[in-house]
Amino acid sequence: MKARVTVTLKTGILDPQGKAIEGALRSLGVNGVASVRQGKVFDIEIEGSDKAAAEALLKQAADRLLANTVIENYKVEVVA
Amino acid sequence: MKAVVVVFPGINRERDMARTLKIVSGHEPAMVWHADTQLPAGTDLVVIPGGFSYGDYLRCGAIAARSPIMDAVRAFAAKGGLTLGVCNGFQILCEAGLLPGVLMRNAQLRFICRDVYLKVERSDTPFTRGYNAGQVIRVPVAHGEGNYIADAETIARLEGEGRVIFRYASPDGMIDPNWNHNGAINAIAGIVSERGNVLGMMPHPENHVEASVGRTDGRGLFAGLVDQLGKAA
Repeated sequence: MKARVTVTLKTGILDPQGKAIEGALRSLGVNGVASVRQGKVFDIEIEGSDKAAAEALLKQAADRLLANTVIENYKVEVVA
Repeated sequence: MKAVVVVFPGINRERDMARTLKIVSGHEPAMVWHADTQLPAGTDLVVIPGGFSYGDYLRCGAIAARSPIMDAVRAFAAKGGLTLGVCNGFQILCEAGLLPGVLMRNAQLRFICRDVYLKVERSDTPFTRGYNAGQVIRVPVAHGEGNYIADAETIARLEGEGRVIFRYASPDGMIDPNWNHNGAINAIAGIVSERGNVLGMMPHPENHVEASVGRTDGRGLFAGLVDQLGKAA
């Protein structure tokens, strides 16, 4: 099964990298961008075909390593 | 003093740290590899040095914090063992949950490598007994992710419990945004755990202990630890 974990910064956490990207887009003339927040995407292949078990496993992976829940939120999806 | 320096792949300041521990205490520290599961018997100080463990992949310190040796470090700290993390070591202690908060990318997005001034907030800790409260010391920093942050409640607790030990300051000890090099909240450069036995700090006191290097401001931290452990023994 293919799965995806998306990690994003929590609201209110300063994101200097996102700010820099935002500035670069502006200087490229890509207008209309109000703000940018940078995050991470993990594409993961899961053994087996039990969707509920896969979600539980991904949640464990995110809690224990992929995300630092002090500053980050995450979303878990089993894609197919 | 029976010190241990923990070595992870990608760490590069372990020899500076070992040299300093040897110079100040007279004893060679044990170098313990990340894949080990035990600290040597009788260990009384664990030091996690600076560097770029695992190339800073995922998040600084994230992968090192989950290495086998960290369970032993966690157990050592839980028993009150003195634990010091410098630079990447501070990041690792935060990721390991031994200290609260997180070190984010520097506010100016630049890697900072220069001497900074630190205000020593307290002298009544095992790590700062070699200094006076309010004293200003000059030590180097070298980091890209030293911008300390935690949620408002945690910051209030750290401040309320006097757990902020070092702050970035001006040469005369003023807390001023112009001297807060990485944008850390409340100019925090170093904090201790609830019990006060775990210190994490971004600057490198181990690099200022020899007169031949120009300054010895960092010596007080290590001399204080030697004194503390000598009394405990």
